[in-house]
Amino acid sequence: MEAKKSIRLLITRQIDLHSPSYEEEFIIPYRPNMNIISALMEIRKNPVNAKGEKTTAVVWESVCLEEVCGSCSMIINGKPRQACSTLIDKLEQPIRLEPLKTFPVIRDLMVDRERMFEALKKVRAWIPIDGTYDLGAGPRMPEKTRQWAYELSKCMTCGCCLEACPNVNQKSSFIGPAPLSQVRLFNTHPTGAMNKEERLAAIMGTGGITACGNSQNCVEVCPKGIPLTTSIAALNRETTLQSFRNFFGS
Amino acid sequence: MGQGLTENFWRKLHSLSGVIPVGVFLTFHLFLNYSATWGEASYNAASSFMMNLPFKIVLELFVIFIPLAFHAFYGVYLALKSKNNVNRYHFFRNWSFFFQRLTGFIAFFFVIWHVWETRVQVTFGSEAGFSMMHDIVSNPISLILYLIGIVSAVYHFTNGLWTFLITWGITVSPQSQKTFQYISIGAFILLSFIGIRAIFAFV
Ligand code: HEM
Ligand code: SF4
Ligand code: SF4
Ligand code: FES
Repeated sequence: MEAKKSIRLLITRQIDLHSPSYEEEFIIPYRPNMNIISALMEIRKNPVNAKGEKTTAVVWESVCLEEVCGSCSMIINGKPRQACSTLIDKLEQPIRLEPLKTFPVIRDLMVDRERMFEALKKVRAWIPIDGTYDLGAGPRMPEKTRQWAYELSKCMTCGCCLEACPNVNQKSSFIGPAPLSQVRLFNTHPTGAMNKEERLAAIMGTGGITACGNSQNCVEVCPKGIPLTTSIAALNRETTLQSFRNFFGS
Repeated sequence: MGQGLTENFWRKLHSLSGVIPVGVFLTFHLFLNYSATWGEASYNAASSFMMNLPFKIVLELFVIFIPLAFHAFYGVYLALKSKNNVNRYHFFRNWSFFFQRLTGFIAFFFVIWHVWETRVQVTFGSEAGFSMMHDIVSNPISLILYLIGIVSAVYHFTNGLWTFLITWGITVSPQSQKTFQYISIGAFILLSFIGIRAIFAFV
């Protein structure tokens, strides 16, 4: 294959949340093995758009550069994914970059994913272990369970699953698939299971588990391959049983 | 704390109401219509049995009207809260999700029209039976609308059966969901066949 001399990028930009968005085109020199982040760094080195006008550098967010922190998530050629693990050589040009639409834009490709962290707090996605004295070791987790629970723990709160979910939108208060799957993770942990009812109660209310409509887009787009729809179905069973226990008594 | 009438309760009731009693009634209704393929007399015999059930008005109200109205109005509310994105995500399940809502709306208007033309007219003194349906579907436009309405209702019910099993937490593993996907498609074909053959028997 003949080496491409340059890379064309069409980037949706926005100065802040309240400003209108606009598209700006960039042409940068080609190097082999570039990812989206290195292309954005190239723009930052020389912020000149395709028309040759001097402009501001495109703002994005990234931390780990190895697809574990989730901060560089954006829409690349129509698909929500991580900029750091998306290779230019595997993309069709021009490459379109847009910010995730589910979250408020801070600037350009940088969004505020605060609502996901709020949701994790709401569903109590942690294991309370603090006491006034040493509580000692907790119960052990069966190895078989640990294996699939580990898969759930890979969630990096990137937001791709919320982006693809038709029921996560301005009209709905749905917390989205990622925090639901975390409920399953923490309810599976032997110590976490001691606070199972609290987490189930949190997802049985408005915007909780039943706001899911089973389109199963989330599981298709999750970059970590987390079995989100299995988690949702398993929690559907848990909440069904919990509502029986609540009404009829356990 | 998750007790009392939560969203979980209403949504699961909505899900259940789609199957029991509304879905069961739909299936029963299509089977009864099928008797029209055996001739006018068979259909009239079957429908007069239904017409002469004791406490018919109570049965109609509690087995059909109230659950259907609850399901339909809550369903419209739910459908309006979704933001369909099939243009961006072309997955099979996402299309099913879209069609579940589309066929819900079609069924909504179809059921109102169908009840108006049949049950309401009977209250006004028209005679129920084969000839009533014959008069309706001998108009080709009505026939086409009936075909669309029946296939939509059947799609909505059979695809809804698949999501019902997830909503209630019955099919959890991907394998069980896949198996029931095939069963749901099979049920769609079967019930569509019964519904379509029956409506043509009235022409
Ligand atoms: C013809 C009679 C109908 C039958 C047999 C029926 C049956 C069902 C069933 C079995 C479900 C699955 C429940 C679930 O996913 O948990 C369902 C869901 C649904 N129905 Fe119906 N339905 C009917 C009429 C309607 C009407 C008139 C509407 C109005 C738009 C409607 C809107 C919906 C919606 C939006 C859902 C999806 C809910 C969700 O998954 O979030 N349905 N229906
Ligand atoms: S579940 Fe997957 S797509 Fe969703 S936030 Fe976690 S890692 Fe991202
Ligand atoms: S399965 Fe539920 S949570 Fe996942 S994308 Fe569909 S509606 Fe959203
Ligand atoms: S920078 Fe952490 S996932 Fe891309």
